[in-house]
Amino acid sequence: MSPDLVRFAYLVAASLFVFGLKGLSHPRTAVRGNRLSALGMFIAIVVTLIDQQIVRFEFIVAGIVLGGAIGAIWALKVPMTAMPQFVGLCNGFGGGASVLVAGAAYVEAVLRSADTISMQFGIATMASGLIGGVTFWGSLIAFGKLQGIVSEKAVRFTGDHVLKGLFLLAGLAAGVLGILQPENTQYFWIMVAIASVLGILLVVPIGGADMPVVIALLNSYSGMAAAATGFVLSNNVLIISGSLVGASGFILTSIMCKAMNRSLANVMFAGVGGDSGGDDAGPADDLYEGKVKSTTAEEVAMVLDSARRVVFVPGYGMAVAQAQHAVRDLANLLEADGIEVEFAIHPVAGRMPGHMNVLLAEADVPYDRLKEMDEANTGFEQTDVTIVIGANDVVNPLARDAADTPLTGMPILNVDKSRTVVVIKRSLSPGFAGIPNPLFAADNCLMLFADGKDAVQQLTAAVNEI
Amino acid sequence: MGETIAILTIFVLAVFVGFEVITKVPPILHTPLMSGSNAISGITIIGAILSAGTQYSTLTTVLGTAAVVFATINVVGGYLVTNRMLDMFKRKE
Repeated sequence: MSPDLVRFAYLVAASLFVFGLKGLSHPRTAVRGNRLSALGMFIAIVVTLIDQQIVRFEFIVAGIVLGGAIGAIWALKVPMTAMPQFVGLCNGFGGGASVLVAGAAYVEAVLRSADTISMQFGIATMASGLIGGVTFWGSLIAFGKLQGIVSEKAVRFTGDHVLKGLFLLAGLAAGVLGILQPENTQYFWIMVAIASVLGILLVVPIGGADMPVVIALLNSYSGMAAAATGFVLSNNVLIISGSLVGASGFILTSIMCKAMNRSLANVMFAGVGGDSGGDDAGPADDLYEGKVKSTTAEEVAMVLDSARRVVFVPGYGMAVAQAQHAVRDLANLLEADGIEVEFAIHPVAGRMPGHMNVLLAEADVPYDRLKEMDEANTGFEQTDVTIVIGANDVVNPLARDAADTPLTGMPILNVDKSRTVVVIKRSLSPGFAGIPNPLFAADNCLMLFADGKDAVQQLTAAVNEI
Repeated sequence: MGETIAILTIFVLAVFVGFEVITKVPPILHTPLMSGSNAISGITIIGAILSAGTQYSTLTTVLGTAAVVFATINVVGGYLVTNRMLDMFKRKE
């Protein structure tokens, strides 16, 4: 194939990627968009395979068969509750692939003739190695945290910022040396090793509830690493795809930060959610003493019986309890009784952007019942019963009303404005932010202490009996 | 230098396109957006294929083959899982 034809095919592929992402602007067009994007990828791969530069195919075929089998089995088996881990690990593989490709191209260029290595090539190779190394190892740690292999807590130690700073400087120094002396390939590998440690150090101090930000940020990094590799190979389709992904991850990162009213620097370096929860027990007891009303499924069923509008507010607890199908059953039952049912989704509910929506879609909840925060907040005053299941900080009124709490300024779902709030929760333990929630002590709040799934199933049974 | 400027131009324009397109994705599709964009970043597979197939040296072949495995997991896993998720959103119109 002539090089121009190959480039033209890459242009077609890049255009299909853009169309594919455009399709994601609505659930109706999204499936087709994803297929267009996959078609673009297929074209790019086929064109590359028939490119005459390739002399032997066995390693390529072996790699594709192995990777394809792992990817396919994994993608078809992974439960929707484990989607954050899946995406987290995929980010890592993307970053890893970028480092390896940049490294291979670099080694080859040095073997050909080290003198002709351009500045663009050198800078891009080092950028790809640095970003890709951080992405790969950072993603592995994120995966470990979400999977429960690594502590979900914000693990901090004295001087960790200094250590991270030193590693970053060392990585940059190795990169600069590599650019200035491209014939010494060891600088590249030293830099990749430093970037790997840096990736681990950056993600270990980040707590579980901040994972949506980290996953989105690593997503952005994996795109930037791909774009950098595009500069190494002077390949347009890599650059275009990498920038699309980089932009996507960046936008998601900023949406997540905004939804927590925190800056990216604060999420990355402040280490909220460490081991300090114990100190707050005193004021929490005062707050809750004698005011918390514990309820039963039967009592809630009676309240629901006279309701006309019910809103569910799911949080990470729903994912942990695998309660999405039980919630769907209850919602369907209420709708059959003529009650208007909606789901209010906070942007950072769960462990990744859109986590709750995917779980509820899996349980066959129609997407038009899923309301974003701003829209949901216009409806709570007209809501008879709001059922909070496995959410805490995102419904804490302190974020709205109090000054100087870790949550202050974070936009919340104003569930306390509804006539009755039922909170399904195992205990009064604080959420990720480590502060008590006055909602639980509010006059219109009933606490249903139980496991999420059990409680919802009992509720469904109780509603059926009325 | 001319070539560097040319591809830098493409890079900057692609970032703008990315911002325009992605801001129109509604929050309910943010998870499929992440998995779908993950699949797209698997485009490094074409660089991996070239490294694994040109057989320039043992080291480049090893690096290239490992990259093919990683990138293929991303491409196949990413598109399949995205399709699975989007089908769930579509089911109930």
